[in-house]
Amino acid sequence: MKKTVKEAFVASIPVMMGYIVLGMAFGILLESNGYSFLYALFMSLFIYAGSMQFVAINLLVSGASIINTIIMTLLINARHLVYGLSMIKKFENMGALKPYMIFSLTDETYSLLVSAKAPEGCIEKYYLFFISLFDQCYWILGSVIGALIGSMLTINTTGLDFAMTALFVVIVVDQYLNSTKHLYTYIGFGISIVSLLIFGSDAFIIPSMIGIVFSLIYVYHKGGQYRV
Amino acid sequence: MYEILLICVIAIITFITRVLPFLVFKNKAYPIIEYLGDVLPYAIMVMLVVYCLRSVDLLSGNHGICEIIGVGSVVLLHLLKRNTLLSIIGGTLIYMLCVQIIFI
Repeated sequence: MKKTVKEAFVASIPVMMGYIVLGMAFGILLESNGYSFLYALFMSLFIYAGSMQFVAINLLVSGASIINTIIMTLLINARHLVYGLSMIKKFENMGALKPYMIFSLTDETYSLLVSAKAPEGCIEKYYLFFISLFDQCYWILGSVIGALIGSMLTINTTGLDFAMTALFVVIVVDQYLNSTKHLYTYIGFGISIVSLLIFGSDAFIIPSMIGIVFSLIYVYHKGGQYRV
Repeated sequence: MYEILLICVIAIITFITRVLPFLVFKNKAYPIIEYLGDVLPYAIMVMLVVYCLRSVDLLSGNHGICEIIGVGSVVLLHLLKRNTLLSIIGGTLIYMLCVQIIFI
């Protein structure tokens, strides 16, 4: 068990840097809008969705209606549907830990779990669980620290959030090197670029997910060598 | 009080978007879902890279030069050393140097 926790911690380090920085950015922004660190703690504990929490600050400040809040949340988090779709099998044997695994499935945790393979001597179930748990701890820690001491911070952290981009790039490179399923990488890249050009940076994510899912289903029905 | 209510609404709706696929496809083995579970990560991870870089403006400002250098060094480091942490820390430091010092 000790080894499992340790290995999960090592696997989660890439997200630690990104989450503490992004979490602090969130905490600082929340605090500068007049909300105490308790709000940061409460939101990171129960919402736990990076981009949604940034939008939530605007909703809170503007006193948005319940209906508006629901629509906004659905639009921003619709991408979670696709993450779940590809985790159904992986979470099959999680037992009592499954609800937490589903609750904590953020972009970054998804990216770690997708490629996670429990090292020799580790219990798969707990390995995955501790990766998810560590990730949320970083996010809570970052947001609370941000809300508490953010305004006094003098280190120039500009660009530190690039760690998140770097993590995703590394995963894509690993996927490319370790498999021959390049077609799917090309489909994902092509459709997101086209979608970005058509819909712009604020609205392209949902059209590209729909496009990706339908293209993959099309490829599936065409059958051939890419069928599993 | 209203703010607490809004936060609860956001928390509940967010959880619903996460749990829905698990509820819909519970106890049923559709080959297509298994297939999607297998191939979606390839397409989605590269989409997340595009998502991270969505605000880069190639036509004005720095023409995305820091992002190109940053992503380039991550890829290069990873091809050379295959060490995830090294690639991420190295690439991020290079990117930070670029945005903080070289191009402001």
